[in-house]
Amino acid sequence: MSAEPIANQTPTKARGEVVLEVEDLVKHYPIKAGVFRRTVGHVKALDGVSFQLYKGETLGIVGESGCGKSTLGRTLMRLEEPTAGKVTFDGIDMYAQKGGAMRRLRRDIQIVFQDPYTSLNPRMTVGDIIGEPFDIHPDVVGKSGRKVRVRELLDLVGLNPEHINRYPHQFSGGQRQRIGIARGLALNPKVIICDEPVSALDVSVQAQVVNLLGELQREFGLAYVFIAHDLSVVRHISDRVGVMYLGKLVELGDEAQIYARPTHPYTQALLSAVPVPDPTLREAREQIVLTGDVPSPANPPSGCRFRTRCWKAQEICSVEEPPLIPRPDGTSEHDSACHFAEPKAVF
Amino acid sequence: MARAVEELELGPRSEQWQPTDGRLLDVDDLFVEFRTRDGVARAINGVSFSLDEGDTLAILGESGSGKSVTAQAIMGIIDSPPGFITGGEIRYCGTDILTLSEEKRRAIRGPEISMIFQDALSALNPVFPVGWQIAEMFRIHRGTNKSDALDAAVTLMDRVSIPGARQRVKSFPHQFSGGMRQRIMIAVAIALDPAVLIADEPTTALDVTVQAQIMGLLKELQEERKMGLILITHDLGVVADVADRIALMYAGRIVERAGVFDLYRRPAHPYGEGLLESIPRLDQKGEELSAIKGLPPNLTRIPPGCPFNPRCRYAQDVCRVDPPPPLREVAPDRVAACHFAEDVLAGEAVRTDVR
Repeated sequence: MSAEPIANQTPTKARGEVVLEVEDLVKHYPIKAGVFRRTVGHVKALDGVSFQLYKGETLGIVGESGCGKSTLGRTLMRLEEPTAGKVTFDGIDMYAQKGGAMRRLRRDIQIVFQDPYTSLNPRMTVGDIIGEPFDIHPDVVGKSGRKVRVRELLDLVGLNPEHINRYPHQFSGGQRQRIGIARGLALNPKVIICDEPVSALDVSVQAQVVNLLGELQREFGLAYVFIAHDLSVVRHISDRVGVMYLGKLVELGDEAQIYARPTHPYTQALLSAVPVPDPTLREAREQIVLTGDVPSPANPPSGCRFRTRCWKAQEICSVEEPPLIPRPDGTSEHDSACHFAEPKAVF
Repeated sequence: MARAVEELELGPRSEQWQPTDGRLLDVDDLFVEFRTRDGVARAINGVSFSLDEGDTLAILGESGSGKSVTAQAIMGIIDSPPGFITGGEIRYCGTDILTLSEEKRRAIRGPEISMIFQDALSALNPVFPVGWQIAEMFRIHRGTNKSDALDAAVTLMDRVSIPGARQRVKSFPHQFSGGMRQRIMIAVAIALDPAVLIADEPTTALDVTVQAQIMGLLKELQEERKMGLILITHDLGVVADVADRIALMYAGRIVERAGVFDLYRRPAHPYGEGLLESIPRLDQKGEELSAIKGLPPNLTRIPPGCPFNPRCRYAQDVCRVDPPPPLREVAPDRVAACHFAEDVLAGEAVRTDVR
């Protein structure tokens, strides 16, 4: 189902081939309680997510905490086994692979984590951290060439190759994130999943890392799945953007479609809540303030999951779940999961 | 049903502190250092600013710029050792509170100057019900009896829009969501109707939709009570939304102080300029972000000369050799600490970085 809607859109830039196809991905975590640890329910972290990732593009995934965006990243890496669904990488069904075949597949999909303070082993030198992927994949770079390659990678991410024997604590947050990126690049992947890669960094340093990710993408034709809660950063880096709410994609489209012509009420509220660094817009911007909190993913509302906080909600919203299908946004159409989808400029 | 606050015996409010000409707070040439094993970290190096009634001052800076330490110094909650206030005055309604006894400081902390912390979960006590923690303010500072104090707590929880306040007054902090916990902390902070409220990154840990709710609530309360608000944050968006004036900090110094509209229109300090250019905008799609090169300095080894010179695109020899430039007036009602502030302001500063 996810194939046709995207084909219908008018692409802003020529799309390459699909590298990653995600079909109806589901991840439920059991909730255990009582003396016998019986399963009493499920946290529905991902509840049917489908999209395609094209070669060399950046797909931004935004949403608030608890919407399942990090679970998505971990499941795409197969750090978590999905409850249901299928991910196809270059025509290979990822979850059907075992042992050596899975290891070979992992080479092509790498991840950069949020917290540069906990995702690097403090007892290993930077050279060992970046070189570790070669232990598992010695055919990429043999033992003899490893040091040279690690130095190359350090240079590539803007670190001094002389620092190869230093430990993570000797680097600042931004530099550590560069180390994480170098490790992600080590095996020449085709796809990098970036899970909140700049959230822990100061703004002046954040820009450096965002620019670095852009440069690397142009140089190596990488495709990124860029997971973040900062909508400004996502707009800056992404070609396409998906908005998640309670384990589902509620809107998916080109960067311009999502930011300039959002049709889902949640996207509109989310965008209007982001403060813009321009005091002259204070009065001009209309802020849609949502009431209440995100419902528990263990017991999501029936029908449309956003209806409990939505100002447009009607009878049908509690009965029928709106599918993520192309809906008109004024100038073209893009995927939106709302019965009453309607474009609204929020700036 | 909660009784009206007027009916409760909450004890008298101290009349001792009265601002003159609306001036609440004067921080004058403040110095703070932390004596650690790795050397002396000079966290604050001569910070001065003032706050009037109903005014919102944003202290803007990155991690390690000294913005939170400034707040802790005003509140008198710097851990000592290792932290020491080595110079300067903090005057509240004309009195230097740094010279007061701990007992008198305690009478100011809460009823006069109050603070909201970033992380509500660790700021609230996990083993006491939230209502009890709010009521504590009345019991301790006003000697209110338990039931009246608890009624006042319910009223406050209502005021900060916690649904079902009466039922939830006995709940514990972990039973609330992040946004609700932040509301409870706000209730504690405003309980005694303080004249100055310091909010240290009040929404950094929250999602944007919740952030909008909390900032809206703070703004409302400020207008209602004519509080002076010091907003400490690194978020240029939040500042643009709520602040009247900005103090921009770098390496323990204020490098620019200006009205919010002036500063966003055109910063007079190269750091402010770099900061504004380095943030992606939600309402525009840019190409390359213009990042500030390098890193903020280690506070135990602040570079000689202007602390920003190794990262500055306009740095010249004078910036590396001369002592740090003092804050000076560069336009009406705005001061900046840069040798070339006028040029930066006019957009005529000469770039010296090779690119």
